[in-house]
Amino acid sequence: MIMSASTVASTPHERLGAMLRIRRFEEQCILLSKAGRFRGHYHVYIGQEATAVAVCAALVADDFIFTTWRNHGHLLARGAAPGRMMAEILGKAGGYAGGKSGTLHLAVRDLGIPTTSALVGGTLPLAAGAALACKQRGSGITVCFFGDAALEEGAFYEAMILAAVWRIPILFVCENNTMPPEQRTRGQSTSSTLPAARLKDVPEALRVSSEVVEGADADVLMQYMERLVSEVRASGEPRFVEVRCARWPGNFLTWPDLPCGEWQTAWAFGQPPKHADLAEWLETSDPLHRYVRKLLAAGMLDREQADAMDARARTEMAEAVRFALDSPFPAPDEAYRHVLAAGGGA
Amino acid sequence: MRISFAEGLAKAIYESMVADPRVLLIGSNFMGLNTEAKQLMNPVVSEFANRVMVAPISELGLAGAGIGAAVAGRRPVVDINTGSFIFQAFAQVVNEAANVHYMSGGQTTAPVTFYCLAGVRGGGGSQHSHTTQAMLGQVPGLQILTPGGADDAYHLMKWALLESRNPTVFMSHSLLFGETAEVSPDEPMLPVGQARIRREGRDVSVIASSVTVTRAMAAAQELQQQHGISVEVVDLRTIAPLDESTVLQSVAKTGRAVIADECHRRFGVAAEIAAILAEQGLSLLKAPVRRVAVPDVPIPYSPALEAELIVDKEKIVAAVLCVMGRS
Repeated sequence: MIMSASTVASTPHERLGAMLRIRRFEEQCILLSKAGRFRGHYHVYIGQEATAVAVCAALVADDFIFTTWRNHGHLLARGAAPGRMMAEILGKAGGYAGGKSGTLHLAVRDLGIPTTSALVGGTLPLAAGAALACKQRGSGITVCFFGDAALEEGAFYEAMILAAVWRIPILFVCENNTMPPEQRTRGQSTSSTLPAARLKDVPEALRVSSEVVEGADADVLMQYMERLVSEVRASGEPRFVEVRCARWPGNFLTWPDLPCGEWQTAWAFGQPPKHADLAEWLETSDPLHRYVRKLLAAGMLDREQADAMDARARTEMAEAVRFALDSPFPAPDEAYRHVLAAGGGA
Repeated sequence: MRISFAEGLAKAIYESMVADPRVLLIGSNFMGLNTEAKQLMNPVVSEFANRVMVAPISELGLAGAGIGAAVAGRRPVVDINTGSFIFQAFAQVVNEAANVHYMSGGQTTAPVTFYCLAGVRGGGGSQHSHTTQAMLGQVPGLQILTPGGADDAYHLMKWALLESRNPTVFMSHSLLFGETAEVSPDEPMLPVGQARIRREGRDVSVIASSVTVTRAMAAAQELQQQHGISVEVVDLRTIAPLDESTVLQSVAKTGRAVIADECHRRFGVAAEIAAILAEQGLSLLKAPVRRVAVPDVPIPYSPALEAELIVDKEKIVAAVLCVMGRS
């Protein structure tokens, strides 16, 4: 069952809890990868958690979500079980796809996430089609998450054209986590190089109404996404939003790395990490860290509460890791299943 | 009733839209450049305007949208138009549609149909004449339909739109539009995945699909009349699934095989059939298998050059005479 938005993030504490769950899940991914528990490449959402939480809070059961290789946050915010996700990432039988998708194609059909493309731009036409289905059946909208590099693919333009010509209920959420060119050095992870000065100019030119919002304040994003989603729902028309995120310092190299280990509540309570870049990023750009600081400043959260919430998230993810490690690998014969859906007379 | 291939397509699409409100047309230029056949689509376009989507020239986007609509519960057919244009859409057809069911671990199905006017159509030149079933045959997860007659154009299109649970590439061929056949809409269709024996024979099996079926039939008639050779014509109907057992049974009866196929010779459908015969049917063969396929050159524009390359009746006749030791 889909946890409705209001049950996962309607209060500030729930919002914080939702972001903490995503952070703690992905830190475990990094640790499991470093421990050699899975071998493929993977992408984390650290520093972007508020966007998934805010968007998913505004969705209802018959909405669709399309995401990318950087999908963990979107799935968790939508209500996916972390144990089954982690089992999938480890290629285990207990994963959502029985080990066939891994992290790149994580999908949960029953949560309205039918398929996940790991091709840059690949997800946009698929999402446009699902939005067409929403229009045809007269219910639901589709949200399409992707990164800024998708604008470098032709698929982006074709999907925008379809959305504009067909007038379909779709919210394109471009999570721009690129690093400015001056910060890039050789050997770092690739980043988009779109010549357009403002991403929103591109869909605007194709008559898709577009906006920009900063991605570091969970409260702002909550209100913002609630409005945008309800406008798409009411109008049945496409919208594009660029969410500006600043890349997490652990995400500059080919493989994610935790610069100072796992995030610590102490960092938000006057003991910042001894890593200048990380400390600065936490203060200026990390939606989780900033939200703890904000609630603290507003007198809505104390250290004890923060530690208790964090302990819950850590415990949940430790159980997820245990479930994944304990899950068996699929039987070799499973390789031959699900090439074609059975039935249909063929 | 006797209907043409084009009538069969239009009738199947119309009846499918009546039968299931989930059926959706993304693009509607199913008859290509044939303005007369195009009129057959008028009832669909006028009666189901809200389920016939305007299609920009965005094959990649349209194919992806078809897949997305399918995973979201609709049953779309995407008009790829000229078969060669499927290359613009390959990323979605090959790397999304074919993988949806598998990489979701069976959670999600994508019952989308991609309609292609494929093949050497006469004057199409190098960029509008591709026969892509062999390339697509390398993609697990796709069903590939290659009707060679009006009966199968009707039945297979209806099956794709109403019953199929998987992504399907429907290989139409504009040179088949005028071919006619008896169609009984109420009778059950020969199951998908089963080849059709178009003509029974004793001496040699000619294995064909799509446009080569009619040419194989014409060759069979000439061989019977002028050479007294009894040819069995096996119409594959679908490349995926591929009916190996009917091919082997036919060759077990005749002992000789000619494969007529409009793909290029290397790694083509004919090559795959020949490999099956080599692996599983060598002891059945009285003569080496012969492939009649398109030579490995691009398709040229000039009629004189195109005629040199296509799989026509004369080349099939020559190949049959060869395997009969009469050339």
